[in-house]
Amino acid sequence: MGLLIALALACIVVPLVARGDPLAIGDVLSLRLLPPFARDAEGHLHLLGTDRFGRDLFVRMMLAGRVSLAVGVTGSVIAATLGTWAGAVAAWRGGWVDRLLMALADALLSVPRLVLLLVCAALWQPGLATVVVVLVATGWMGVARMIRAEILGVSSQPYVHAATALGVRPWRVLWRHALPNALGPAIVATTLGVGNAILLESGLSFLGLGIQPPRPSWGNMIAGGRDLIVTAPWVAIAPGIALILTVLAATLIGDSLRDRLAGERGALKRDIAERV
Amino acid sequence: MLLLWLVVTLTFVLIRLAPGDPATFLVSPTASAADAARIRAELGLDRSMLVQYARWFTAMLSGDMGASFASGRPVASVLREAAPISLALGGVSLALTFLIGVPIGMLQAAKRGRLTDRALTVITTAVYAAPSFWLALALVAVFTYGAATMGLPPGWRLPAFGIRTPGVVLHGWAGAMDIVRHALLPVAILAAVGAAGIARYARTSVADVLRLDFVRTARAKGVPGHVVYARHVLANVLPPLVVLFALSLPGLLAGSIFVESVFAWPGLGRATLTAILARDYPVVMGATVFYAAAVILANLAAELALPLLDPRRESA
Repeated sequence: MGLLIALALACIVVPLVARGDPLAIGDVLSLRLLPPFARDAEGHLHLLGTDRFGRDLFVRMMLAGRVSLAVGVTGSVIAATLGTWAGAVAAWRGGWVDRLLMALADALLSVPRLVLLLVCAALWQPGLATVVVVLVATGWMGVARMIRAEILGVSSQPYVHAATALGVRPWRVLWRHALPNALGPAIVATTLGVGNAILLESGLSFLGLGIQPPRPSWGNMIAGGRDLIVTAPWVAIAPGIALILTVLAATLIGDSLRDRLAGERGALKRDIAERV
Repeated sequence: MLLLWLVVTLTFVLIRLAPGDPATFLVSPTASAADAARIRAELGLDRSMLVQYARWFTAMLSGDMGASFASGRPVASVLREAAPISLALGGVSLALTFLIGVPIGMLQAAKRGRLTDRALTVITTAVYAAPSFWLALALVAVFTYGAATMGLPPGWRLPAFGIRTPGVVLHGWAGAMDIVRHALLPVAILAAVGAAGIARYARTSVADVLRLDFVRTARAKGVPGHVVYARHVLANVLPPLVVLFALSLPGLLAGSIFVESVFAWPGLGRATLTAILARDYPVVMGATVFYAAAVILANLAAELALPLLDPRRESA
């Protein structure tokens, strides 16, 4: 948790205090591909060196972190909200609504998420909004299925019957009584999903279908270092390490949440099936 | 079957709704608008979506998946060429994933809370968090270029591209070894990421079983430790792991998209990616059908296998 907060803070603060514009390309010849900890001709320190255009890698990496974290968190939170809503409605309404929503969820679950993601991302204009929309569109089904199962389980509990018998309106019963008791596994799945969403975003950007340069994201920074892996390995290695630390932190938070919310194995299983 | 139809139809609609015109990728740069229109008419893209769908679907039912827009080759032969490579890559990696992942998870559960467990947890979680394309680049840096610059013997240098050495025709043993050397890095990456996930899962499952009464009973009546693990624990962790096994195959097939793209393997993942980028609709549809069928079959197999493996069935 602390690690993730520190990373997020660094991503917000570092580009603000950094000298110079991390997107601007200066004197390419004298500045490009400086190794980590090197000083340039003017004596400025480049903590992680520079990329092929002489841009400071550390500052760019932190700027990319803003994008990656924002996309990962918003993508999975919106997906989870949509999934919760769909699952709850399906379970509560039953009938054809249930059948329609679950058929849709099952159909989307039958295509590996990555393939679905690629199809969607490649066909529409690539960019920040597309990535988030696509992550949401391909990420809501797991949570929906889980919430539906939980609500169906909860709805036979005495307190739900009691609330109904007292004349509480059905939607209020769902909102106040059934849903809060069904949320545990969904929260765990969402936390584990943040790491996954960040990985998928970086994957899309790596293939050139996600965040577009010059706006940096960890994925497109790794792609940018791909053909420099011999001459300047740090250009591709550094953003990868930032990525691993972030996903690691998200996964560990998910793990401890799962232990606390009395183990939902399904979340982990889904997570493994989708891993990039 | 109904599910497969739904998937296919959804994908069809999704693809055709997208903005952009495949004809623009096919015409020569100097072509006029009339040329593009002619190509659209040839491919049937000028008809309404419903007509296109009806045509595609009826052909599909008789086993004809159409021809690639880009190369003109039948989609079936494109798939038949690319799929075995991905299936072999995925299958070998999947087997290794479990052979490595399950023992690690069991070891962790046995030493729960001790140094071994904690060290392995950090390692597996870190590998699990690493994107495969990044691992691929890192391993290429070490084993291909690094091995060359650090003066390691040539045997340590692993090839980073393709599945065979280009321009050399090798037969028999030498040819097989050539493919194995080319496969080493891609398989290692897929297996490592997979094994890390399985180890994480196996650790919690085994730890849960170890808490149960029958394990204590077995120990109390003097059953040796390794027999407890082999007979009692493994039998109870196996069913969920088999489900996971089936669930991971399609993910692994899709995950190989990155590995195939970095290592330039001519597999299904790369074929799909190329087709998506070129708006080669028939190939994209064919690949989607393949992936969806793989997922549905894997789920079905898991459901069928589950009751056979459940140790509680014997006592019932």
